[in-house]
Amino acid sequence: MSKDFANLRQDFPVLSRVINGKPLVYLDSANTSQKPHVVIDAMTDFLENGYAPINRSAYQMAAEATDLYEGARTAVAKFINAPNANEVIFTKNATEALNLIVRTWGIANLSHGDVVVLTHMEHHANIVPWHMLVAERGIVLRFIPLTSDGQLDLSNLDALLTDAKVLSFTSMSNVLGTINPSKFLCAAAHRAGAIAIVDGCQSVPHMATDVQDMGADFLAFSSHKMCGPSGLGVLWGRQQLLDAMPPFMGGGNMIADVRLDGFTCAELPAKYEAGTPPITEAIGLGAAVAYLTKIGMHNIRAHEIDLATYSMNQLTQRFGDDIVIHGPTNIEVRGATHSFAFKDLHPHDVSQVLDQSNVCVRAGHHCAKPLMRLLGANATVRASFYLYNNHQDADALCDALEQASEFFSPS
Amino acid sequence: MPGLEDLYREIILDHYRSPRNRGELPPPAVRTEGHNPLCGDEIQVYLSVDSGLVSDVKISGQGCSISQSSASMMSAAVKGKPIAEVRSIVRRFKSMMTLEEEETAEADDQNVKLGDLEALQGVVKFPVRIKCATLAWNTLLQGLDEATA
Repeated sequence: MSKDFANLRQDFPVLSRVINGKPLVYLDSANTSQKPHVVIDAMTDFLENGYAPINRSAYQMAAEATDLYEGARTAVAKFINAPNANEVIFTKNATEALNLIVRTWGIANLSHGDVVVLTHMEHHANIVPWHMLVAERGIVLRFIPLTSDGQLDLSNLDALLTDAKVLSFTSMSNVLGTINPSKFLCAAAHRAGAIAIVDGCQSVPHMATDVQDMGADFLAFSSHKMCGPSGLGVLWGRQQLLDAMPPFMGGGNMIADVRLDGFTCAELPAKYEAGTPPITEAIGLGAAVAYLTKIGMHNIRAHEIDLATYSMNQLTQRFGDDIVIHGPTNIEVRGATHSFAFKDLHPHDVSQVLDQSNVCVRAGHHCAKPLMRLLGANATVRASFYLYNNHQDADALCDALEQASEFFSPS
Repeated sequence: MPGLEDLYREIILDHYRSPRNRGELPPPAVRTEGHNPLCGDEIQVYLSVDSGLVSDVKISGQGCSISQSSASMMSAAVKGKPIAEVRSIVRRFKSMMTLEEEETAEADDQNVKLGDLEALQGVVKFPVRIKCATLAWNTLLQGLDEATA
């Protein structure tokens, strides 16, 4: 691990926490990430010294708050190379961002028999909103299947995309860690006349994102997985699509005019930000984006390739056939997220023993039940790494797994 | 911090490794299904009720050691018992699994012995696991309601 990454652990106050005499080993960042001082400080400073409404009052502090909030939007736009900051919509979370697309673009453009293509590795947030449209509208869902090593099986892609109106896919699986070929998939969708929606929750925090190069029409991601606060998600969309779509929620801020006989919508981005938004959280995300940019997304990806390689090697060397790690073995197409089965132990029992060593992992179905069924498991243990993790964290995971193995072995 | 031994008592691990009354029962036995939406665990409880008795019970499905051992011990505790007594056992068990003192028990419940099931008392110290321990019991209750409807 490079010196820079060793030093940046100090940026995260929670990592110095000791529970029952043992250090914290946080391996649940695919779930939610820890926060650096700069994010906590930016939010605290705003709350202590400048908290005010945005967009609606003339006093100085309100103007400053508006500048900070819009500054965060500009920072996020730059972070994903959006051509225009007005295309960045702040939502409650990524789930709301995906639902927003379905309830606006979907309602306006999809009717009975229209085809939406998803993949077999989607998070529930990119399945259930479409299921709801199946029930309401009679749209048809198709799913890109997976190869045996947990990558998308694209051998039949053109047939799947025939007559499709939408291709909506995750850029990186939250279970398998598989990094999907987003640029290739967006181009394939467009060739078929479909729009491309990308669930970027797992990739945006971990590698450089360029929506223009990717060629996506929409991108959804969450603040809390990329060192920002919870309670905030981001929807980016191409301006001509966002302009043409009907509004999502009605209320304050999203209108140009309201009369007794109707209303007209505000321009972007206000059109999709009804009500008082998460102002403090957006300012926190702005600070997170600045922090990640300073470290460099390419450096973060390189660090995580090292972590993924080391942890994968350690797990396989130490446990051999006792561990089955799902997903691709080629680190080039996977992030530092390992879902695995350990001996015949239930993931809940494994994570309970790991907790004794303060090793924090997720045990469960990871909100991807169709994928879990394909894996033939009710649940897996998932250890997920981020920029603040190191080799010692991987070692601690292995040590704790050894303890779990001993604890449950028949005496 | 409570230790692992508080949670995983030997009797629990024994029921986990050698679950009692595993399997299925054909109709007219009542089949009910329970899900733990947090972890994806599933359980099926098959219940035969005959002349006011729970004449047979079988358990299938997948789950962690706590949910599986709880189901196994439950099946052993209720098999062959009169329905009223089974309901008492369920109430006693569920009140053992609650953090707050609740007065849901009925007078007769005090006479019911939980026996091996007492081993699951430690689960209360691990609140996230309470749902694991009660999954089979809630599923059994549904089955009882259906069988006696």
